[in-house]
Amino acid sequence: MAETDRVKVKRRELTETFLEGKNMSKVYGMGRRANRAVDNVNFKFRRGEIVSIVGESGSGKTTLAKMILGLTSITEGQLELYGQPRAFGTTAEKREYWKNIQAIFQDPFSTYNVFSKIDKVLLNCIELRGQKDLPYAQKVEIMTEACSFVNLRFAELTNKYPFELSGGQMQRLMIARIYILKPKLLIADEPTSMVDACSRATILDMLLKLRDEEDMTIVFITHDIGLAYYVSDTIYIMKSGQFVEQGTSDEVILHPKSDYTKRLLSDVPSIYEPWDLTSDDLLSEEDEFPTAAGGAP
Amino acid sequence: MAEYILEVKDLKTRYVTRFRENVYAVDGVSFKLKEGETLGIAGESGCGKSTLAMSLMGYYFPPLHYTSGSIIIDGRDITGEDPEVLRRTVLGTEIAYIPQAAMNALNPTRKIIKYINDVLVAHNIRLSRTELREMAEERMRLVNLPVEVLDRYPVELSGGMKQRTVIAISSLLSPKILIADEPSSALDVSSQKLVIKMLLDLIDKGLVKSMIFITHELPLLYNVTKKIAVMYAGQFVEMGPAHESVFEPLHPYAKGLMGSIIVPSEGIRDEHLVAVPGTPPNLKSPPQHCRFAARCKFRQPLCDSVVVPERFSSDGRLFRCLLPEAVLRELKYEDQIKSKQEDAEVELDVNIIPFAEDNGDGDSGKESGG
Repeated sequence: MAETDRVKVKRRELTETFLEGKNMSKVYGMGRRANRAVDNVNFKFRRGEIVSIVGESGSGKTTLAKMILGLTSITEGQLELYGQPRAFGTTAEKREYWKNIQAIFQDPFSTYNVFSKIDKVLLNCIELRGQKDLPYAQKVEIMTEACSFVNLRFAELTNKYPFELSGGQMQRLMIARIYILKPKLLIADEPTSMVDACSRATILDMLLKLRDEEDMTIVFITHDIGLAYYVSDTIYIMKSGQFVEQGTSDEVILHPKSDYTKRLLSDVPSIYEPWDLTSDDLLSEEDEFPTAAGGAP
Repeated sequence: MAEYILEVKDLKTRYVTRFRENVYAVDGVSFKLKEGETLGIAGESGCGKSTLAMSLMGYYFPPLHYTSGSIIIDGRDITGEDPEVLRRTVLGTEIAYIPQAAMNALNPTRKIIKYINDVLVAHNIRLSRTELREMAEERMRLVNLPVEVLDRYPVELSGGMKQRTVIAISSLLSPKILIADEPSSALDVSSQKLVIKMLLDLIDKGLVKSMIFITHELPLLYNVTKKIAVMYAGQFVEMGPAHESVFEPLHPYAKGLMGSIIVPSEGIRDEHLVAVPGTPPNLKSPPQHCRFAARCKFRQPLCDSVVVPERFSSDGRLFRCLLPEAVLRELKYEDQIKSKQEDAEVELDVNIIPFAEDNGDGDSGKESGG
């Protein structure tokens, strides 16, 4: 695949609801120390939709992502995949679920198992896809194709460990995994907060291509409001575990209704308007000095 | 008082790896900074921004090594000075550095006031307990931090608060130059704003005379600094006033970088983003010709065979490209240079400097040398 130097998001019709969260909550701790990290949220993700969940640190974004991924239990409420409550008992069910739902994370350095070689990372994905019995030559073919999709050469990577790659290469490898797995939902937790603007565009380009080919739903979890506005169809603004505002990206960013969103937007530096540094601070005393029982981690 | 508070001339530093390989991370950077000026440095990961920041302190420890060039702070050349003298007389008082993720450096078992004491002791300032507290409290009030912070442990503070505390500690001795290396990249927008407010406040109050601000977030850089330098593979490829650098960049790489800015404002959703394909050169053996040539869409045949010097535009902006200034000003990143000039290549208006023979060690060097 040749790399493009112009990236643009194709807008598309969205109809089919695919994943639905109903009154989901997550409570950490018990009794007096209970902390509602996610508080009664409802959402609907459609096939091919790009969703952004925007919020400050400690607003519960990552907890919500973990719940969707099944990395942590859901305290209350439920998650429905195609109208059916998610079955999540046995390992087989989990594997089945992870075929559909995958994630990429912010820091590529801490994502890989340092003891497994890159071949192993990609072979695992092929196995997860249910092609464990494929002859090795065909597996190599799949891996080569995935690597060339992200502009890496498989021949150069084989027999190497993840830490021998640069940060950018690791991040591409992460996308190559997604290319092999072709999940229906991809959760991207701050995928671009560690890279510069040009590389950000390249990563976005790859993700958008995957979406167009596979009708994949992408959930960006980010505090980069510019990015959220640029790519997403729908934006959810999260504050202390709740969605304070949700809607199409134009509605939320250009015509915000809640005061919180307005103040959040005023904190984002722009290049077209002067940045107002004098406005009230969003952070309260409690945010600044979190106590052990709650608040930001 | 010298005219320039910081003058860097052709600074070159390198890393030496375990296998005795040299990585030329900063390779010929020159700039001057007047009192009260702020310089922002942008560039992609691995281009040498942070190495430059560390090199500017003049305090080198392996694997970072000094090669050549000079760093003149307020008339005093600090290169080649004894590290111990440097540590006591320059670091913290003349030039201070806030590293990336500085807030993670705080030992969770010590109260903030102890760190303040540490800084003073390291610079041979001995204060009694009450004097120390008075001084620290006064300082905290000056930088608009709550006084309670002093008696807290780092774990009791939020990320933004920790970062601001670290900035307050770094600027305790009122350094002339403050180098802030990605001070807000791990923070969310609201805490980021407070950190930036504090940094600008330090300059306004004269606690810090000038600042070098490193980040990869261009909208932020545009709002914080007056001057922006774009770094690519260890060199400055463009430097100029913030507004011109962002809206009318000269160097092709800067054009790409500025074309990929996204801010939440109306109309941006319909625009194309620019992505620069390819990866930067390996700094173990950087090309001697233009370092951006391999990824540049406006590349000319000559770009692969001559050394590109630092050039200055009519209004004093630095750029490192062979194309004439007039062509670069007209050029948009989406244009194709060949379609404009169908038959002829663009005339390059610099004196051709072939590679110096002594440092030519690759094939390309031999070709042009012959």
